[in-house]
Amino acid sequence: MSTYYEEVQEIKAQYPDGRSAALPALRLAQEKHGYLSPEALRECADALGTTPALCEAVASFYDMLHLAPTGRHIVEVCTNVSCALVGAQQVLESFEQELGIRAGETTDDGEVTLRPIECLGGCGWATVVSIDHHYRTHVKPADVPAIVQELRSGE
Amino acid sequence: MASEQRLIVMAGTDERDLTRLAEYEAIDGYSALQKARGMTPQAVIDDVIASELRGRGGAFFPTGRKWSFVPKPEQNPNPHYVVVNADESEPGSFKDNEIMSRVPHRFLEGCLIAAHAIESKNVFVYIRGEYTGPYEILLAALKELEGRPDLRGDVTIVLHRGAGAYICGEETALLESLEGKRGQPRTKPPFPAGQGLYASPTVVNNVETLATLPPIIEMGGAEYAKLGVPDSRGTRVVSISGHVERPGNYEIENGTSLRELIYDLGGGIPGGRDLKAVIPGGSSTVILKGDEIDVGYDFNSLLKLNTAMGSAGVVALDDRCCMVQLGIRISEFYEHESCGKCTPCREGTRWMTQILRRLESGEALQSELDLLLDVCDRINGKCLCPLGETAAVAVASYVEKFRGEFSAHVEQGGCPFGDASPLHDVLAPVAMGGHLPSAVPV
Repeated sequence: MSTYYEEVQEIKAQYPDGRSAALPALRLAQEKHGYLSPEALRECADALGTTPALCEAVASFYDMLHLAPTGRHIVEVCTNVSCALVGAQQVLESFEQELGIRAGETTDDGEVTLRPIECLGGCGWATVVSIDHHYRTHVKPADVPAIVQELRSGE
Repeated sequence: MASEQRLIVMAGTDERDLTRLAEYEAIDGYSALQKARGMTPQAVIDDVIASELRGRGGAFFPTGRKWSFVPKPEQNPNPHYVVVNADESEPGSFKDNEIMSRVPHRFLEGCLIAAHAIESKNVFVYIRGEYTGPYEILLAALKELEGRPDLRGDVTIVLHRGAGAYICGEETALLESLEGKRGQPRTKPPFPAGQGLYASPTVVNNVETLATLPPIIEMGGAEYAKLGVPDSRGTRVVSISGHVERPGNYEIENGTSLRELIYDLGGGIPGGRDLKAVIPGGSSTVILKGDEIDVGYDFNSLLKLNTAMGSAGVVALDDRCCMVQLGIRISEFYEHESCGKCTPCREGTRWMTQILRRLESGEALQSELDLLLDVCDRINGKCLCPLGETAAVAVASYVEKFRGEFSAHVEQGGCPFGDASPLHDVLAPVAMGGHLPSAVPV
């Protein structure tokens, strides 16, 4: 298996200018470290041939890149208009209830982070919930306990 | 015009699994590419100009003309790039999601045709980071292409995943992001055609635009131009969502009436409720009242109502919906997604949200309605990109078309709809501190 450094070099080679690899490199670093910790940013900067400050400046712009720890799983409920019209807020509240946390928080065991998210581009299949960046569509409050059970059982 | 679908981009998807190369080739897939490669690049551009194809991302700019602005290799020896805008993030639009997921090869064929037209060897597909599903389908389709040098030729296609930022759908912000930076729009000019990716000649095209190219080349531009209505030729994949019985993507001939879209294809409003309003082209567009839908879904017809097809996201709202609550949620979206570069957008969207919240809670004075419109006016035309402007135009249209309802919030000291409206108290990301990471124990 190739190291993080080698993987980033391969990605850089796909572009005329290796700096284009910043987003993929940050994504990989986040996957490896759980979040973009100072150590992750240093490793990313080293592989890209740039500074940790630049990596942090880029990362802080993007919603999917996290500069603070998150849960092992991320549950994101789209609450933009189309989803909200058919009950996204109730889905979000069901997750709050089932997980015992408020939106924006992580469960005490560090397993699940819950947050609302802007339009996921699945408006016709509302409510859309992204679980670890895989979409569940047509989610109703009644579906939430089973989803949480699935996450807790580590599937 | 008949209220039925006209499948051009999505043709064949009912019968076959077109995510597989063999299935796509069985319906003559990639034959348009071979035909295009038998033509000179200029002939391909001319055919696309003849088709009157206009960009399906939202700006509706004529595709062939955009290509004709790209300097020829002898005029500019830098590498030429095709960049695909697959960053679909406009609330209400989910068509590119389905196009990439169901006709990935038609889309890739379109990329290769565009590359031939502007004499490019490099295609970058900037796909929004959240789209894991379409990304994996495209990746598999590309793998199939790798084994087929007869189709791929000497063109490389790189899938580049975004990381969550609506603004990266703006073409110059997208290019910044693709260069590994924060996704903030550039000053224009220079335009991407001359100085785009790495300051080299670049065309940025939307997914659907590219997926429309194979059928255009196959049938000929003049034939394609027979579809639709003047200035809006061909078909459009329209996303219908919100309060309709059958939400989904429908490919229609341009000019089909909005009423047919909502009541025939969309199946009408659930529960026998009345239609109160329609967002016709994604959250950025001027709203229509429920009685304004006897209008052709095309550029000119919608322009007469001061609105647009935008990215073809039709959102229906029934009579329970509060327009102030809608304004709050839309304003919160743009506030969250403002890149922060231009002050009127960064500060203005925040002010819009605050005034709308005061209206909803009943604290606002009647004069704050005009203050809201004034804030909108101070954003309009004063920023580098359209983000703040579209927020202002959309929200101002809610006030203008539903002024009585906005006033009622002041007169009654609160919301006449309250929690009977489905948009009541919806938690938006910006209400949690924007891009700040979640508050979690370290």
